[in-house]
Amino acid sequence: MATRSVEVVYRGIFQRTMARNIVRNIVFAARKDGKIGTAFGRYSDSPERNGIPAKQFAVVADTALELEESLAVYEASNVDVTINVDDAMCKGIESWAWYGLQPINELTRSGGTLIVTSRQDADSLLEDIHQKDAPYNLSIIPSTVSFSGLWVYKDDHTDMRVLGALCKACPELVSINAMLESIKEQTGSETKVASVQRAFDRFTSRLVEPGEGNTETPFSFDMPGWKTMEEGVVIRGLPEGGGFRGGEEGYQPGRSEVFKKWSTRSMRPVINFDTCIKCTLCWLQCPDESFDITPDGLYDANMESCCGCGVCEAVCPVPDCVTMVGEPEFNDNNSQWDAWTADKDTYNKWMTVLVDKAKSETRSHGFHHIGGYDEEIKAEEA
Amino acid sequence: MATVTTKLYQEPKEELISGSEAIGIACALADVDVITAYPIRPYDTVMQYVSRLKADGAFDFDYIIAESEHSQFEIVKHASSVGARTFTGSSGVGWFYAFEAITVTAGLRMPVVAMVGNRALDDPGAFGVEHNDAMAVRDLGWHLYWVATAQEALDMALIAYKVAEDPRVLLPFALSCDGSFLTHSQAIVQVPSQDQVDKFLPAYNRGSLQLHPDNPITVAPQANEDWLMEIRKQTDEAMRRTPAVIKEVYAEFKEVFGRGDDSPFIEQYMCEDADVILVGMGTLAMPTRVAVRRMRETGKKVGFLRVKFFRPFPTEELQEALKGAKGIAVIDRDYSYGSPGYGGVLFHELRSTMYPLDERPVMLNFIAGLGGREVMVSDVEEMVETTQKAIDTGKIDQETTWVAVRE
Repeated sequence: MATRSVEVVYRGIFQRTMARNIVRNIVFAARKDGKIGTAFGRYSDSPERNGIPAKQFAVVADTALELEESLAVYEASNVDVTINVDDAMCKGIESWAWYGLQPINELTRSGGTLIVTSRQDADSLLEDIHQKDAPYNLSIIPSTVSFSGLWVYKDDHTDMRVLGALCKACPELVSINAMLESIKEQTGSETKVASVQRAFDRFTSRLVEPGEGNTETPFSFDMPGWKTMEEGVVIRGLPEGGGFRGGEEGYQPGRSEVFKKWSTRSMRPVINFDTCIKCTLCWLQCPDESFDITPDGLYDANMESCCGCGVCEAVCPVPDCVTMVGEPEFNDNNSQWDAWTADKDTYNKWMTVLVDKAKSETRSHGFHHIGGYDEEIKAEEA
Repeated sequence: MATVTTKLYQEPKEELISGSEAIGIACALADVDVITAYPIRPYDTVMQYVSRLKADGAFDFDYIIAESEHSQFEIVKHASSVGARTFTGSSGVGWFYAFEAITVTAGLRMPVVAMVGNRALDDPGAFGVEHNDAMAVRDLGWHLYWVATAQEALDMALIAYKVAEDPRVLLPFALSCDGSFLTHSQAIVQVPSQDQVDKFLPAYNRGSLQLHPDNPITVAPQANEDWLMEIRKQTDEAMRRTPAVIKEVYAEFKEVFGRGDDSPFIEQYMCEDADVILVGMGTLAMPTRVAVRRMRETGKKVGFLRVKFFRPFPTEELQEALKGAKGIAVIDRDYSYGSPGYGGVLFHELRSTMYPLDERPVMLNFIAGLGGREVMVSDVEEMVETTQKAIDTGKIDQETTWVAVRE
């Protein structure tokens, strides 16, 4: 008598096929163990948008009746395993289907497991992951984030490795033997079977104590009721912008305090203020009005607003003036202009390290590197 | 017409598929000749699936992507008149955009099968389930069936063709599928073999009504008040004949496939000795059944009745099933603004059904799950409590309750 559930938190569109592979293969494999299951994507996440955090679920039960009991709730209030396939989302997720910032481990049950694909270590991830009242296990699959272009599936075995780790984290969900047999049947690939087995063998996890982790309170939003909402399906516009941080000079647009979008970001722009020629292009082309104009006429990318699309980097005419850097490198949304103003040398050193790192790491999600995936494939074939 | 018989399933096979995909497979097994499409969520999931089957060479049919829903439904109506087995569908306001074509399809007695991926009507633009879209055909001569599971979606799509194309009936058939819960959730489904389906489902034969050069006929001439009453009466008689055909076909289905409920029209869950019977349609059956089980464990005499066929409405079956209850809680995933007592459509139909009985149970209406909001087990338990209170006090404080609406 048991029901087990898994959620896969993934980047909309860029990782959709991978997430689908994971939840479907769980159900297929569990079937081999004589169980019954269902797999589904959270409907209110759709239509998926590039990079916006989304979820898919797999629920497995011993009997059809138990499955029904569990499915009486569409999105489970707790899951046995949470799988996060982009470690940047450890900072929390603001999905279409969720108002405010949801901690990545919000649904992970007491004693359950959070599996993250990451190159960071547990301590580093726990700077981002919000604390919980109950203990759970954190397992890391050492990996760069598996991203591909729009709608493209990057068949790099990340899904297989996740499935292998999952069998170790929660053998009650599905046995490794059933998984190996099922993957062989579904894919016909011995190397994929090997990837599953290897991830199973190499699985490690660490207990996260109650209270351990990021202590910040995630931003939230209270939804109004029918008596307090405006009639006629109307939303008031945001207040117009004004001077930079309320001052006389510069400019800052009005922004929503409850809808921020920054959890969509898997990379963020880092600005070289010394080489900026004040051409306005980043500010003009940013689809989210995320640049604040500082009193000295520079453009400060506001990290509470930026969704990390990379348009600023693409339009900037100055080499390395705007560089997209992997989001896990950062632990806050503080202003870069503030840091630069306070101490230019320190800022520039910090920036140089990050820019160099960004050049050596491929963390592409479509627009940022149009054609990047093709190049990668060619490089692999060569 | 496409003549290649699909051999997608030589043997019965278990698949992990959504309700939409199940209907796509049913179309292949039924060897549908013409499918028309125009994208709108959540119906588009079936469109994507049949596209894939066609691209893979697994299912041969004429696929026409129309420039709008109106044309989409017009095309299948015409194809049906020349003897093609057809499939189409839509959702929400897309279904409404096709409405002129939808009304004539029934009027001309074309056995088109359509899937309605139930979706809230705009505005606001929302993707979640509401039943008002499909319900709009309730007065037009369409069969209207509410599906609860992916397995039922596949089974009923096959049954739909056989019923709709029966020469005694010749009326279109709408399969209502709750957006998200059915169209986007993948469940284990038993897919029958092509041989089983061939044994069950004969070819569509429109007989002397088929538009063909060898059978010169005029279809749909202008007709005025001298003709309308008679034409309407013919459609009425066809609708009156269909319950017997449905029973017959359902029995055949059960024999060939070894699956099916006691009744094709309603599903009764722990209703036999129930004081309070909950009534609803579609996928809300799942949380409701769970709530009923939990309440039964605490000794409450509660049951759930799922209305499967909304048209033809199973009047006698419902009277028989509900007459022993003290209270009935009708859950509507729809609403009729300004209707008698300000209630939902299913509630009005049921109250009308129960009116001729000598002893009528207390009837309450609960508006729930609009726009895809989840109907929770606790919501259902509250509905039963409210109904029980009305039974105990003999007094109805409030006939219609909006469930889990933020004030």
